[in-house]
Amino acid sequence: MEITLAHYLVLSSVLFAIGLIGVMRRKNLLMLFFATEILLNATNIGFAAIAHFHNDLTGQMFAFFIIAIAASEVAVGLGLLIVMYKRTGKIDLDIMTSMRG
Amino acid sequence: MFEVVAFYLFAALTIAMFTITVMTSQALYALTAMAAGMIFISAFFFMLGADFLGVVQIIVYTGAVMALYAFGMMFFDTTRTMVEKRENPRTIFILGVLAATLVVFIFISPIISTHLETQYPLEAASGNSQAIGMILFTKFLVPFEVAAVMLLVAMIAGIVLAGKKMDKSLTLMAEEEIALMGANEAKPDSQEGAH
Repeated sequence: MEITLAHYLVLSSVLFAIGLIGVMRRKNLLMLFFATEILLNATNIGFAAIAHFHNDLTGQMFAFFIIAIAASEVAVGLGLLIVMYKRTGKIDLDIMTSMRG
Repeated sequence: MFEVVAFYLFAALTIAMFTITVMTSQALYALTAMAAGMIFISAFFFMLGADFLGVVQIIVYTGAVMALYAFGMMFFDTTRTMVEKRENPRTIFILGVLAATLVVFIFISPIISTHLETQYPLEAASGNSQAIGMILFTKFLVPFEVAAVMLLVAMIAGIVLAGKKMDKSLTLMAEEEIALMGANEAKPDSQEGAH
């Protein structure tokens, strides 16, 4: 028995599905950010696995840039959350109704 | 053999940790479980021969991102149990299962239909970090610089958003007071311009 590309892709899909469930069920914005981190990590595993099994470094480069994007997302998102918490005292998705959507 | 054992062990651990992150109602449990999950994910990178990526994963995610989230948790005081309103949890689970099957098809279909072609093959002679450096500074130089500018923009945005007026509590002020504060700040600038 050997670990193939499909094993890693299935694992990546499972983690992606866990992240999707988190995105769909969370109402707290900080917890929602955690779920998006899970989504990004799941795709990273897929990229690294394809890079390894196709003998190609491009997948690793993509994963590298995804990590950079995740880092900047956290910086900007946490800043916005702090401003929102200072203004409203809550970080709840349900109170973001100022646009009357 | 060892690879099989390691793969299944770390797969089970990662899935368990991320499930805790998504399902728990304690923010502290979610944070620590996600930090552990990030470390376990780096094990997959090491198994796949992506040493540099694994090290970056540990340093950036469990070093920087988790520290930022810990700071955010202390700031937001989410250590108590969160009360999240749920209307219909069954719909969410059905949607999740549907999304999972969809994602599996998305991943599997290009592998079956067409065979991917190797663009930048791995060189057996040099190590992973060396090969990454060679490709990063030749083929991916422009995206690398753009990513650097993006990180700089994100850093400035974070400082401006979080660092400004840390001494005043915007939650305890009324909307008029905030507007007045903004007007007072704008006035000295215009006087400076007049001089």
